Amino acid sequence: MTVYLVRRVLQALLVVLAMSLIVFIGVSAIGDPVEILISPDADQIERERAVQALGLDLPLWQQYAVFLTKALQGDLGRSFVYNEPALKLILQRMPATMELAFGATIFALIIGLPLGLYAGLRPDSRLSRIIMAGSILGFSLPTFWVGLMLIMVFAVYLGWLPSTGRGETGTLLGLQWSFLTWDGLRHLAMPALNLSLFKISLVIRLTRAGVRETMLMDYVKFARAKGLSPARVTFVHVFKNILIPVVTVVGLELGSTIAFSVVTESVFAWPGMGKLIIDSINVLDRPVIVAYLMMIVLIFIAINLIVDLTYSMLDPRVRLESKGT
Amino acid sequence: MTGKLRKLALAAGTAFIGLSAQGALAQSVTMAVAAPVTSLDPHYHQLSPNNAVADTIFDKLVNTDAKSNNLPGLALSWRAVEPNVWEFKLRPNVRFHNGNPFTAEDVAFTLQRLPNVPNSPSSFAAYSRPIQAMEIVDPLTIRFRTAAPHPLMPLDMTNVRILDRETHQNATTEDFNAGRAAIGTGPYRVVSHRSGDRIEFERNDNYWGDRAPFQRVLYRMITNDAARTAALLAGDVEFIDQVPTSDLAKLRQDNRIALSETVGLRLIFLGLDHLRQANENSPFITDNDGRPLGRNPLQDVRVRRALSIAIDRKAIVDRVMEGAAVPAGQFLPEGVYTHVPGVTPPAFDPDAARRLLAEAGYPQGFRIQLNGPNDRYVNDARIIQAVGQMWTRIGVRTTVEAQPWTTFVGRAGRADFSAHLIGWGSNPDGSHPLRNILATQTRERGWGSSNRGRYSNPRLDALLDQSLVELDEPKRVQLVIEAQRIAAEDVAVIPLHIQTNIWGMRRHLAHDARNDELTRAQDVRPAAR
Amino acid sequence: MSDAALPAKIADKVETPFRRFVSEFAESKVALGALVVFVIIALLAIFAPWITPQNPYDLAELDIMDGRMEPGTVGGAGFTYWLGTDDQGRDMLSGIIYGLRISLTVGAGSALIACLIGASLGLLAAYAGGRTDSVIMRLVDLQLSFPTILAALMILAFLGKGIMNVVIALVLVEWAYYARTVRGTALVERRREYIEAAQCLALPTHRVLFRHLLPNCLPPLIVVGTMQVARAIALEATLSFLGLGVPITEPSLGLLIANGYEYMLSGKYWISFYPGIALLITIVAINLVGDQLRDVLNPRLKK
Repeated sequence: MTVYLVRRVLQALLVVLAMSLIVFIGVSAIGDPVEILISPDADQIERERAVQALGLDLPLWQQYAVFLTKALQGDLGRSFVYNEPALKLILQRMPATMELAFGATIFALIIGLPLGLYAGLRPDSRLSRIIMAGSILGFSLPTFWVGLMLIMVFAVYLGWLPSTGRGETGTLLGLQWSFLTWDGLRHLAMPALNLSLFKISLVIRLTRAGVRETMLMDYVKFARAKGLSPARVTFVHVFKNILIPVVTVVGLELGSTIAFSVVTESVFAWPGMGKLIIDSINVLDRPVIVAYLMMIVLIFIAINLIVDLTYSMLDPRVRLESKGT
Repeated sequence: MTGKLRKLALAAGTAFIGLSAQGALAQSVTMAVAAPVTSLDPHYHQLSPNNAVADTIFDKLVNTDAKSNNLPGLALSWRAVEPNVWEFKLRPNVRFHNGNPFTAEDVAFTLQRLPNVPNSPSSFAAYSRPIQAMEIVDPLTIRFRTAAPHPLMPLDMTNVRILDRETHQNATTEDFNAGRAAIGTGPYRVVSHRSGDRIEFERNDNYWGDRAPFQRVLYRMITNDAARTAALLAGDVEFIDQVPTSDLAKLRQDNRIALSETVGLRLIFLGLDHLRQANENSPFITDNDGRPLGRNPLQDVRVRRALSIAIDRKAIVDRVMEGAAVPAGQFLPEGVYTHVPGVTPPAFDPDAARRLLAEAGYPQGFRIQLNGPNDRYVNDARIIQAVGQMWTRIGVRTTVEAQPWTTFVGRAGRADFSAHLIGWGSNPDGSHPLRNILATQTRERGWGSSNRGRYSNPRLDALLDQSLVELDEPKRVQLVIEAQRIAAEDVAVIPLHIQTNIWGMRRHLAHDARNDELTRAQDVRPAAR
Repeated sequence: MSDAALPAKIADKVETPFRRFVSEFAESKVALGALVVFVIIALLAIFAPWITPQNPYDLAELDIMDGRMEPGTVGGAGFTYWLGTDDQGRDMLSGIIYGLRISLTVGAGSALIACLIGASLGLLAAYAGGRTDSVIMRLVDLQLSFPTILAALMILAFLGKGIMNVVIALVLVEWAYYARTVRGTALVERRREYIEAAQCLALPTHRVLFRHLLPNCLPPLIVVGTMQVARAIALEATLSFLGLGVPITEPSLGLLIANGYEYMLSGKYWISFYPGIALLITIVAINLVGDQLRDVLNPRLKK
């Protein structure tokens, strides 16, 4: 177990290192941040000064070496744009993205599970067909387009919800959270729904597939033959069995939800990490881009690890050492 | 919040509706701007959104009005007491938000700070560089000594926001961003700041000038154009800047919305390749079969003129810009003191364009690629497509490539393109575009740093040189105008249009539209009833 | 799983795997309809130059004076803009048909190349095992630990715009899915008797890999492939929307939507709406087909 953990962590570090190198080279190849950040009427002397101030006059390998040395001390560099530690900027925006991602996940579960269950139990009914067709829509609709449609309908025409931005926040654990206030929740609803569309479909399909497979299992057939009530069979035997894979996938999806919030956050002007990264890419704010991507990779790795560990605890048949397929 | 207040006001009773609604509304306003403010440090990053907010919190020695004319700010008057010495008389009885008095010491401190802001990606050092020595005559008089006569000193001072020596001695950019050090003499003070999201302001009741109209201002950043308009329509914000041209028609009809607009100082133009000589190939120009031409047609003024008059500027302004621009033939709009009289937007004449091309030896035209950004200027990618259509019609088969500013600007700076679209947001003095875009690129003088087509004309350089040391204002203006006239006659660049700056607001608000594009909280006030 | 479980109604016909597959697929009317729709879309895309009234990619055929015309208006060139025009005077109908062409090319092209690369690597990993396997699988992990949209954004920012570059970016972010799928299936299959038999016969490795192992990994690959085509099309649309996809003069569906997006609020819905519908129909059709394929090819669901 310990060996396994150590190996995983070492692998993770290797991945992060490789990634930071790729991103470092990639961002530097795209363009020169000074060209973008500098005032158009700055003369050549001022441009050279700025290049020096940002440490961009060194050869790229030296810049990377400087970055690595500092990274080992926990300093991922200062943003070119904000002149603040990149990590601090990202952490400041993290609660906003996190509550968006969690909101989306909750939406996905409370909408997806019942619908998927129904569709799995009555695969041939009309309603199931509609649910499944709807889930395909959820997979197919581009997020950005749905986002604007939501704003048009709920904010502009109906006026039920605020169009964009994050509302009032309350403080919990020293961080600002908008789900603590009514105004904050109203602001959260639309973007979270927008971000969850894909996941709702995913949950519907996973649940349905799970239900259909489980219903064919011998133990379910046996339970039914034994004369247990359909409700009991469904909720105790079937539901419990499918909950594990569904929760796993949704958990695994959390990482990609955080990543995908880039699109939702730009449509809804949600001040989270996703918007920060898009803005940073636009001005080639390399320290922020590198720090953000390293962070995302770490989140991914952590989630995978947690899922694997939980799995092995829930299901003794899964042995960690033989991580094959 | 305002919504609640409005309801309260309505509930207050019919007799006082008008009055109380007015009173309640005047308490606060929510604004949304398109471009994120990256720092509250007024000397960290030379960037319009930062400057707009800095103008709200701080003051300059020389302020500017909505038309960019100089106004007394923290200085009451200024004059060149000797050819190389400027004297500024300061405003008495001004206090910073924390109560500290404003004196000449603060001015000296501020100018010393400009070149010393760590990690600044675009500093304000250029404005203090001409100053060789500062002399504090008395607490309310300061003199700047320069190496050569420097007629642009007052103009330079319109860019420098004044800090307090005592408060800001050791203040870092982070201190400003956290709000701790965001203390100036301006009409509003900072209550809180959430980077990239919102700034809350509160009225500075001790302001030396006109009292700010609102007790509180919420200054939000909504970068997405459609979302910003939607927020205004939904009433979540009461005021927005950079109204998307595609929404103009609809907003003009909406009786809940008012617009404020003015012709700005930003010219959109096409830069042409002057770097390759007449007998060299330009990178994106070929003959009609795609083979190299062996010469650079853009070195021929007839070709440049043909390309210019092939463009139907009015069509671009009407159809692409939806009226939010004026056709242009030079850098500055009419009404600005360095506008060149008599140089009008080139008239659309495709037949004459074809004749000019034939005269220049290209009766069948040639092929060219027009490059441009797709995320920088209003409708940038649409404009280059429209120009592409128009050039193709006179036989210059045009392909169009738009790319993000990040990749575009570097290549444009290296003169990689044959023709490219770019913009220039000028200050009202013609020396600004002359020095940066039209003058021959020379590192030592700091000229031509944005001369991405590498245009070079000794006559223009000579006139500019004279103007930069001419202290006699009418004479200097004449020199600047003459130099610009030369550029226009030589078609150094192809001017397309000057943008109109447009703000949108709910009917209960009014706004003084500024031609420098800055969205400042103090310019928004309740509409007169 | 066994043949005995097949429905009796088709047992009287000559039983070939293909015929069985076709009849099972056709069981779902919806999937069949989706297939027909998809074929029509593909035909439209292939024959676009012969059926559209305008070449929307030729700037000489566009006129901004015809810009933003409502559906049904007759334009300067004399034909009717049935779906209106965009801001450049581009006929939306022509634009959509050409856009379908690009979207399908990008979707199918990237899926095919990614499939080739991914499947080969996956097979190799499963067959060779050991060090090769762990190197390939670490690469897959690296790729999958990186959010698709961000990876594609970075790659495109680096490569610049263009249809080829979009395909390259999509291949780079998608090959790992195929590699993982094929490796997983192949690991199960290679323990089967027929592979052992082939190995006992001392058949050359490539023959075992491609003639014996690969065909048996195909069903899951087809399912993943279909889904990935739809995914690629949606991703291309998103990238174009973010300003990093295809060139503006050759808009794909995503770019058409992005262009019209700004006009939605001002009531000029058609610029964004119709391409959105076209995109939607395409992706839904592909997904419905893929869905049915999954049901048919997944042995565990057979009754």
